[in-house]
Amino acid sequence: MLITELKSRETIEALLTGKVFIINCHGCKEVHFPEKEAEALQKELTGRGIVTGIMTTDYICNPENMKLRLKKHMSEIAMADMVLVFSCGVGVQTVAEYLENKKVCAACDTYPLPGYQGVTPLEHKCDQCGECFLNITGGICPLTACSKSLVNGQCGGAKAGKCEVDPDMECGWERIYRRLKQVGRLDVLKCPVQIRNYATDKEV
Amino acid sequence: MKLSEKFSRGELVVTTEVGPPKGFHVEPMVEEAKEYLSNITAVNVTDNQSSVMRLGSLATCVALKNAGLNPIYQLTCRDRNRMALESDLLSAAMFGIENILCLTGDHTKLGDHPGAKPVFDLDSVSLLYTVGQLEKGVDLGGNELVGEPPKFCKGAVVSPCSDSIDAQLAKMERKVMAGAQYFQTQAVFEPDKFIAFMDKAKQFGVPVQLGVIIPKSVGMCRYLNANVAGVHVPDELIDELKADKEKTKAGITGVEITARLIKQCLPYCQGVHIMAQGWESKVPDILKLAGL
Ligand code: SF4
Ligand code: SF4
Repeated sequence: MLITELKSRETIEALLTGKVFIINCHGCKEVHFPEKEAEALQKELTGRGIVTGIMTTDYICNPENMKLRLKKHMSEIAMADMVLVFSCGVGVQTVAEYLENKKVCAACDTYPLPGYQGVTPLEHKCDQCGECFLNITGGICPLTACSKSLVNGQCGGAKAGKCEVDPDMECGWERIYRRLKQVGRLDVLKCPVQIRNYATDKEV
Repeated sequence: MKLSEKFSRGELVVTTEVGPPKGFHVEPMVEEAKEYLSNITAVNVTDNQSSVMRLGSLATCVALKNAGLNPIYQLTCRDRNRMALESDLLSAAMFGIENILCLTGDHTKLGDHPGAKPVFDLDSVSLLYTVGQLEKGVDLGGNELVGEPPKFCKGAVVSPCSDSIDAQLAKMERKVMAGAQYFQTQAVFEPDKFIAFMDKAKQFGVPVQLGVIIPKSVGMCRYLNANVAGVHVPDELIDELKADKEKTKAGITGVEITARLIKQCLPYCQGVHIMAQGWESKVPDILKLAGL
């Protein structure tokens, strides 16, 4: 099982820019989703008049499924300045890759719980670190896309865009830099120094 | 002496580096350093360089310091978590080590213990930040240190000829934000790229030392090109090494090339870092030929 929990109110407020399109994923029963809290927050945002649309669906981690569902909402997404995703880390990464020119943010952190991990496709991985970094990495998980799980930028080992550990693997931070540039968010690289917190395991 | 004092006086900083042996007898290395490197501002001591296990960097720094040299303690984040790194920084302060260089470190898979656990609890940026916290008298756990806090001159590295130059510059800026006071670069063989890089890097206002490797042979250059990130030896230089086999074998060509690169790049930076890789004895000749 894994558990997703809303990020703090300040964190989410700080992410908001202009109009927002919201995606909720109530996919796997293996994932605990903070339904009530999410709903309350979304009601409030709607009240403020900044929400262009809300889509609640399942398995957004399945790219084909997600694209199909998003189709109906494309005009609402076009109107929005950003997309806020309430899902596990894999879901956010899948959406961020598909909407490659949009600012896509994670509203939740993902923690592990013992037990079956649910069905996730192979393209995107989430280590359930409990302090999702996707908002400062353009929606590419630095823990699974970088061989050293670096959270403060590229190491000196990339050669021809490939990782020093595996020449068949594209350097995760090369991808992150490219994505941030594409969505015009290079300024997030000036965020404070990031230090992992390994004490986040949630006991329920 | 802290490198920052020399930089702030506008003096040229010349450093080189030594790799501790795979064993505990450090005397031959110290003797060689005394003979050839005594006139140099400071000497880096690598930390399990290329993920190959060796004598400790801190212990070697102490041996060099006792021999009258000025060591730079390199720390990587590959082998120690934040507690071990902080503790070793306090140990360094106790031994009177004044200069450090903070690196992320190569992955364990590239070295002689590929099955070892890669740590990377911190990275170069968060390590610099950690040193800054210790200097304020608190550790990363938020606990106060007892007595006088340590004080270091904190360095970092950057790769000016990397094919990911924009990502490298972004990382360099993060290192400056985290407290880096000077930079040493990865080996440069292409002055044009270095000069273009310095044009962008000078905005950070932090001194940069040009990194150079003495090209020992054609084979070595080919190896660098195939395996070392951010290093590219152009064909002309390889041809130059091929042209006079005797001169190249004696190391004269390598010394000439290195001195020339230094002369070309020096007007754009604040110092030189020579990675001699066993050719420490050639360092005095290089400096003489480069006019330093
Ligand atoms: S940063 Fe990566 S591992 Fe952490 S929650 Fe986000 S997707 Fe999962
Ligand atoms: S080369 Fe890129 S992916 Fe590989 S460890 Fe370094 S930053 Fe991470």
